[in-house]
Amino acid sequence: MTVRLTVGPIWAMQILAWVMSGALMLGAAASAQTAQALQADDALNPGMLWVLQGKDLWERADGAAQRSCAGCHGAVSSLPMSTAAARHPAWDARTHQPITLSQRIEQCRVRHQGAGSLAWEHPTRLALEAVVAHASRGQPRAPLDPRLASTAALGQQWWNTRLGQLGLSCAHCHDERAGQALGGVPIPAGHAEGYPIYRLEWQSLGTVQRRLRNCQTGVRAQPLAPDSPEAVALEVYLAQRDRARRLHAPGVRP
Amino acid sequence: MKSSRALVNMPSQVAPGQVVSVRTLLAHPMETGLRPDGQGRVVPRDIVQQFTATFNAQPVLQAQLHPAIAANPYVAFEFVPDRSGWLEMRWSGDGGFEHIERARLEVTPAPR
Repeated sequence: MTVRLTVGPIWAMQILAWVMSGALMLGAAASAQTAQALQADDALNPGMLWVLQGKDLWERADGAAQRSCAGCHGAVSSLPMSTAAARHPAWDARTHQPITLSQRIEQCRVRHQGAGSLAWEHPTRLALEAVVAHASRGQPRAPLDPRLASTAALGQQWWNTRLGQLGLSCAHCHDERAGQALGGVPIPAGHAEGYPIYRLEWQSLGTVQRRLRNCQTGVRAQPLAPDSPEAVALEVYLAQRDRARRLHAPGVRP
Repeated sequence: MKSSRALVNMPSQVAPGQVVSVRTLLAHPMETGLRPDGQGRVVPRDIVQQFTATFNAQPVLQAQLHPAIAANPYVAFEFVPDRSGWLEMRWSGDGGFEHIERARLEVTPAPR
């Protein structure tokens, strides 16, 4: 659409100037501020409901071993547990593969508790991830394990790859156009320090991979399978990109 | 009977005549009954219909909730307790949903 305003009434020019000056707050910008206010206050942050559930699950014996998370790790707020989210994704020396926090929780449940495997984004897995991530609140992201360098490089390659019918890469929006608007919605810089996040659009808590799928379907691409090597690589690259940024889970986003 | 989990944020001790601010968050899907699922079938309505708060069995607040209210409803209110006692908060809704939280509140003169 082209707007041609050669000669117009002065009031129309004034309204146009006012709108363009940003004095009118767009709905999405206002909702981003609301989300920030929700995140800043634990009594308002709906993500804390998952943390509450996670605290309960942390103490509860589960699986064939009838062991609780606390039985091995102690309090979730004690070291080294309280920095676990800052140290993930990590390198799993046993499987010689990168491992995300969510995968680590799943692995620990199966291996040490003898509990059944849980699907991606299963409420129990999500609640445990929430309580562990919450315990790392305020911690700076630890430097990436050198053994993850090739995974991070693969993730960066995915980050820069054009995807879907719209032919956009992550970098097109979140590096080159961060801070600008997409359909009136501000484009974030793509920092992953608040995950798992409570998204008002989802009305639920979700992992970083769920968020990535959102963007992938947004550019009309086939979303990456949960916990696939490519999805994990993107998560590793995001962690590298976020180096030294402080975590603040559970985040709240519009 | 289905239950859930709730976060209740309030002081445990107040001075006489002081206004007590209570803030609650309940985990609940607040399914409107108007949305189709992946198969095109309408998901049955599942909302919290009523919230009541009583202090020492005296009513403090009663609220009706409707389908337009988002998931995980937040209810905040203020009141002035006349003496120490128990605040009971009860959420009830579709499918026999009921969740009760109780919190102790001490009304004591401020130390000098």
